[in-house]
Amino acid sequence: MNIYIQGTGCVSPQDTTVVEPFLAGIREYEGDRLKAVEPDYRQWIDLKLIRRMGRVVKMGIAAAKLSLQEAGIDMPDAIVTGTAYGCLEDTGIFLSRMVAQQEEMLTPTAFIQSTHNTVGGQIALLLGCHAYNNTFVHRAFSFESALLDSMMLLQEQAARQVLVGGVDEITDHSHRILSRFGLYKQAPVRNTALLQSHTGGTIGGEGAAYFMLGTERNVRTVARITGLATIYKPADEQEMDAAVEAFLAAHHCSSGDIDLLISGRNGHAGENRHFTRLEQKLFQGCAVAGFKHLCGEYPTASAFATWLGARILHGQQLPQGLLFSGAAPRQLDRILIYNCYQGTHHSLILLDRT
Amino acid sequence: MADLKSQIIAQLNLQEVKPEDIGNDQPLFKEGLGLDSIDALELIVLLQQHYNIRIANPEQGPEIFHSVRSMAEYITAHQKQQG
Amino acid sequence: MSGQVWVAGGGVICGIGADLRACLEAFARMEPGMQDMQHLRSIHRGVLPVAEVKADNDALAAQAGLPASVSRTALLSKIAAEQAWASTGLGSLAPYRTGLVSANTVGGMDKTEDFFGAYLQHPQQGRLWQVLHHECGSVTELVADAMGIRQQVSTISTACSSGANALMYGARLIRHNIVDVVIAGGADALTRFTLNGFNTLMILDQQPCRPFDDTRAGLNLGEGAGYVVLVSDAVAAQLPNGPWCRLSGYANANDAYHQTASSPEGTGNYLAMKGALEMSGLQPADIAYINLHGTGTQNNDESEGKAIQRLFAPYYPAMSSTKSFTGHTLGASGGIEAVFSALAVQQGVIYPNAHFAVPMKEYPFTPATSFSKGNRLTHVMSNSFGFGGNCSSLIFSGFN
Repeated sequence: MNIYIQGTGCVSPQDTTVVEPFLAGIREYEGDRLKAVEPDYRQWIDLKLIRRMGRVVKMGIAAAKLSLQEAGIDMPDAIVTGTAYGCLEDTGIFLSRMVAQQEEMLTPTAFIQSTHNTVGGQIALLLGCHAYNNTFVHRAFSFESALLDSMMLLQEQAARQVLVGGVDEITDHSHRILSRFGLYKQAPVRNTALLQSHTGGTIGGEGAAYFMLGTERNVRTVARITGLATIYKPADEQEMDAAVEAFLAAHHCSSGDIDLLISGRNGHAGENRHFTRLEQKLFQGCAVAGFKHLCGEYPTASAFATWLGARILHGQQLPQGLLFSGAAPRQLDRILIYNCYQGTHHSLILLDRT
Repeated sequence: MADLKSQIIAQLNLQEVKPEDIGNDQPLFKEGLGLDSIDALELIVLLQQHYNIRIANPEQGPEIFHSVRSMAEYITAHQKQQG
Repeated sequence: MSGQVWVAGGGVICGIGADLRACLEAFARMEPGMQDMQHLRSIHRGVLPVAEVKADNDALAAQAGLPASVSRTALLSKIAAEQAWASTGLGSLAPYRTGLVSANTVGGMDKTEDFFGAYLQHPQQGRLWQVLHHECGSVTELVADAMGIRQQVSTISTACSSGANALMYGARLIRHNIVDVVIAGGADALTRFTLNGFNTLMILDQQPCRPFDDTRAGLNLGEGAGYVVLVSDAVAAQLPNGPWCRLSGYANANDAYHQTASSPEGTGNYLAMKGALEMSGLQPADIAYINLHGTGTQNNDESEGKAIQRLFAPYYPAMSSTKSFTGHTLGASGGIEAVFSALAVQQGVIYPNAHFAVPMKEYPFTPATSFSKGNRLTHVMSNSFGFGGNCSSLIFSGFN
């Protein structure tokens, strides 16, 4: 069974809510945090509802609506969301008030919007969609789990059209706390120079990317999603390499068949080796593109990469400023996305031109 | 009642609504201002925070929060009682 | 996509017992777990009863073999997951392709809320280890790493239906031949965050909760963890004592009515129960017992009752809400109640509904009020509904 991406929607620190022109220019930022460029949400959401929503919910709804619009679908048969952090803004609001007011005079809105399934639940509410609805919250496999669930639903013929996405937000609290863990650059860096950086840490990011998946190719089809694998804490390099080779073999291809490797490198000197080894050992000679200088590092950044890969295949064009190494590919039939998060969560997503 | 309207707007984050947009007798819920059960819970806390009035039973909500006027009357009556 | 999915075992730790046997004894003795708070520090102590696990973090950590500094949710999760696996009698996990699919609603929030006191004083204060495992997925990984599970590790958070969705996803991983064994369920420790959150909704009863009673006045929160071990046909054949039952049907639907409230018609509840029946190829009359979602709030019990009436009238199965004993354990509840439901099929157990006295005026059915064993329960349904409109139903079936 083939699984196709019939529509995409993306809210990110780049100008991605408009499909054309496709990433005409990269927005440049200086600092250790990339904020999403937010569209006017009133085009999709009633003001009465917007007043209660945190950014992550609004970003998710916007990306979901855009993907439905592009696919020409009003009502999906399933809605599946991946979010590692969930609704951090409302969690932070309720938690701060609870601590500061010593559990007195608390109001419910932030609490009810803080549950991790708020994005998926609000999309269902907005669409009046009674179908299957699930939310995966597994760190850097949140989007991958959501995607696996969606692909299984299609294979089971339990659904014909699945809306699936990944979404995460940064808040002042989360950025401050994650900075204390040393996740981000100590000195300011330009996002466009991130991937060439030789220092530790990366840039925090956020965004939402949703996809309409279906099993029938049609005029709206953007790309085919051919394969997905996650590799959790591989014991050593041999195990990692074997997993990648088994993945390629399962999809009847070799590294030479990959026209473009979209690599999750994030400019953190301490994590580069994972990417360098894969790029140079298993995919030697393959063109490599980066994406985290566009969207920043966050656990569901692989959803952004999937959006990017699908748009590249559809437009047959690699936008300026994405190529990291190798020669710009002449042909773009097959893209492999390799992401690695904090050295422990590895994922592979294979996309084909249709 | 203008103060109360501003407090309601702030508490419920009613974007693009001004105090003068809310009629004294306009129903706050459903077809009126369009508030719902969660807003009623927010308004209960508003009374507690600004007027030191506690409502233990949320079922009293619909009556007290019918309109800005009914809220104001409830506040006046209960502040008198406490005084 | 082939084959059956079998329940090979289960484990529970919650407010009525440190293991499944202790829980069964508490049901038989009609001893619900709600008490004044002993371990959670909150201004609501003495006012809001909760069903706490009757052990402090040091004792749980020693039992779990994890540091006492990690979230209580991880400790509860590890204890119940280990018990579940041990109950299968299969020995080492190593020979099997294994997954852990766990649910929780607030991750390591019990530690994060301690961190926030100091952190809000100054952003450089607060001890970082307290937020190291804040993420929901991190709680699951602590358990997976300790048990040596790597093939499929995932976390689901759909509010109060999370645990049931973990079973569904786990079963599908087996049916797609991705793994042979999945330990599936959920865990949540009590936190001030959730206690105060539910309190702002004014749906916490200051008395022991009375699900499906006309005088019900809200829910009591509880804590715990519950996991079943789901296995493929091939692994089921190796079980020394045979499987408990099959997971024969499941469905997930959305109410799409309101972020927190259930629709008066119980649309999502109805669709979930109906979907699960269709998948298992059963008629409503085949269901012998329903483990209700039954939180004890006005809204839930009315909507759930409506959906049951619509689907089952005029013949109603036995039913009860075990939350009247365990409290509402949120992300754990779907897992805990799945274990109770699977055991109900295997041992013919009908669980009592505590504190039931006055039938709801709206409906002709009432919950079971006494514990009984040895009933013939071929098909048992377990309901889990939650915020965000998430509704899931599971059906467990015997095999004779």
